[in-house]
Amino acid sequence: MYRIRFHGRGGQGLKRAGRILGTALFRAGLEVQDAPRYGAERRGAPIFAYVRASRSPIHERGVISCPDLLIIADPHLLAMPDSGVLAGATTRTVVLLHTGEPVSLWRERLDLPGPLLILPRLPGEEERFRGAVCAGGAAALLTELDEGLLARAISEELAHLSAELIMTSLGLARAAHAALAGERGIVRQEEPISAAGYKTPAWLTLACEEAAVSAPAIHAAATSELSQTGLWRGKRPVIDPGRCRGCWWLCATFCPERVIAVDANRRPRIDYGHCKGCLICLRQCPHHAISAVPEEEAAREEKA
Amino acid sequence: MTRTLLTGNGAAAWGARLARIDYLPAFPITPQTEIIETLDGWIEQQELVCRLVTLESEHSMLTAAGAAAVTGVRVFTATSSQGLLYATEMLYTVAGWRAPLVLVNVSRGLSSPITLEPDHNDVLAVRDCGFLQLHCATCQEVLDSVLIAFRLAEHPQVRLPVLVNLDGFALSFTREPVEIPDQSTADRFLPPFRAGSLRFRAGEPLSAGVAVLDGSTYSYFRYQAHLASLQGLAAYEKIAAEFAALCGRHYEPLECHRCEDAEIVFVMIGSFATKAREAVDRLREAGERVGLLRPRLLRPLPVAHLRRALAGKLGVAVIDQNLAPGRGGVLLTELAAALHGSPDAPPVLAGYVGGLGGREISSEEFFEMHREVRQAVTRGENPPPRLLFTGEELRAVRKLQQVARADRLGQGGEQR
Repeated sequence: MYRIRFHGRGGQGLKRAGRILGTALFRAGLEVQDAPRYGAERRGAPIFAYVRASRSPIHERGVISCPDLLIIADPHLLAMPDSGVLAGATTRTVVLLHTGEPVSLWRERLDLPGPLLILPRLPGEEERFRGAVCAGGAAALLTELDEGLLARAISEELAHLSAELIMTSLGLARAAHAALAGERGIVRQEEPISAAGYKTPAWLTLACEEAAVSAPAIHAAATSELSQTGLWRGKRPVIDPGRCRGCWWLCATFCPERVIAVDANRRPRIDYGHCKGCLICLRQCPHHAISAVPEEEAAREEKA
Repeated sequence: MTRTLLTGNGAAAWGARLARIDYLPAFPITPQTEIIETLDGWIEQQELVCRLVTLESEHSMLTAAGAAAVTGVRVFTATSSQGLLYATEMLYTVAGWRAPLVLVNVSRGLSSPITLEPDHNDVLAVRDCGFLQLHCATCQEVLDSVLIAFRLAEHPQVRLPVLVNLDGFALSFTREPVEIPDQSTADRFLPPFRAGSLRFRAGEPLSAGVAVLDGSTYSYFRYQAHLASLQGLAAYEKIAAEFAALCGRHYEPLECHRCEDAEIVFVMIGSFATKAREAVDRLREAGERVGLLRPRLLRPLPVAHLRRALAGKLGVAVIDQNLAPGRGGVLLTELAAALHGSPDAPPVLAGYVGGLGGREISSEEFFEMHREVRQAVTRGENPPPRLLFTGEELRAVRKLQQVARADRLGQGGEQR
């Protein structure tokens, strides 16, 4: 059975990526199970999707703990330990990372036990097409799939979109497929865990603790500050001080996260550690003083 | 017949569509909402002729559903978790009306603490409301069960509402290959609702919500609903056999997987039981005589079937995806009562609580439960009840507790 997990962020189309790959494998004659996983979160929050595919009926269920293929649509997720991107990766897990940076850099950074492949950023690739790109890249690694099955699955799964969006998605997925054409067959179907010789689960017996400890209450203030939700951003709002008229309230008031503070000189400052990149401030500013800068570009500028 | 990938929610919607439902009262709640959205899309495209009405709560939704059903139209509705509990007063009430509607519940753990992930405390909290209960393990079974449920609800000897249960996330948002029967096949299996005495017309008044102020009359009506529920078992078997003849998929009241020569048997309901099925196949490969018993029908409880299926077995591991505080697992209690007095009941009946709030159950855990039960059989005593919970999970909880108490402790403070 193939066990495949996609990681990305809400809005990048990773649920759709799982469905595209699932449909392609189903059309190739395999039994398939695919599912997205996300909680109550919104655009930008870490989400994942998984696909099981096998020649025989699938009875396994739930989150894939030990993937054969792990596709990471956004390297920023690696900075969020709670997103569990690399959970369960072993020596035989192929990791496919979608980034414009070179493989040597990420080999060193991640020091993975298994193979690492890079799915390069493609010309004209916007964030919302990332799902199609990742599905194309993943499809290139599986012997059961070819470009024709991939294209058919995309047309089926995106049928509700405009012809133009479908064409763009198809073009990008094909380019991603072509970029990894040399790696076909690198992902192997793994056998299930054997009942003869397994790792004993480390169960424990829960002791009764007093309600002051065991009632689910939060006594600390502002625990959300501990979560670096700024990592959810695809684009960051940047204020041009030359254009800002110092109205002191519009962007700060409309910010749903309350991460824009205005100082005594009526200058707004954005807390990028917690700005989720919704860009409502950009739409509200009547003087067009706020622009959206892709996060990677902003990071490069910061370094320079 | 089309074989395609559908989510559990999509499958439930397809079941309702093929049943040609007339009336769909609705109120949104995760993870059920997609069922209504799907049906709404079809109604808008005029692919389904049905009246959708959005209500202001699940309580009103069930009232509307029951009221419509006793006027003789085919009624479908769906909810989850807190919504099911909010509707509970009306669940009892419309079952008392003997309203033959179908309600899909997408199981989700109950508050508190709040969660979106699945377990069975919601559906088991309404275990005794008078609805018949069908529990599904696959998306295919969801679609088929909705069709079967209408036949069962509308059966003249039964005429009770039926609840079809599927697990949130594990089925609701998971796509699997599903065979969608042709409309003509569905029509042959489920003809238009012959409502019989269920009529409400101008000049023909009907009062369903009647009061009886004496115990004898009350006892009669309540016990009649119980007897009708018991009739549901034989009716179910006949309907399921008809379904199998038409569609080739057979749904016994109990799914028995490799039970015949098994010594140890897992007992579970719902979609997590497919994990147990997978573990059974692996244990069989390792030479262990083990099986899985999955009740599909929980109300009425197929007591005689359970006794037969478990006769002569050495040990049973009941895995409850629910928790009755102060008692333990609900399924364990149900099974113990069903087996009591059976001369060849298994000597070991071990209770496990697992999968609460969607907590995964790994293959290794099934292997280990099997080992524990086998050991208990050798020793000749029941193992104590166990929560499937590891040291690593407790460490993660401890970390959250430290964050939750941070301001009382100061920066990086010690634990009290």
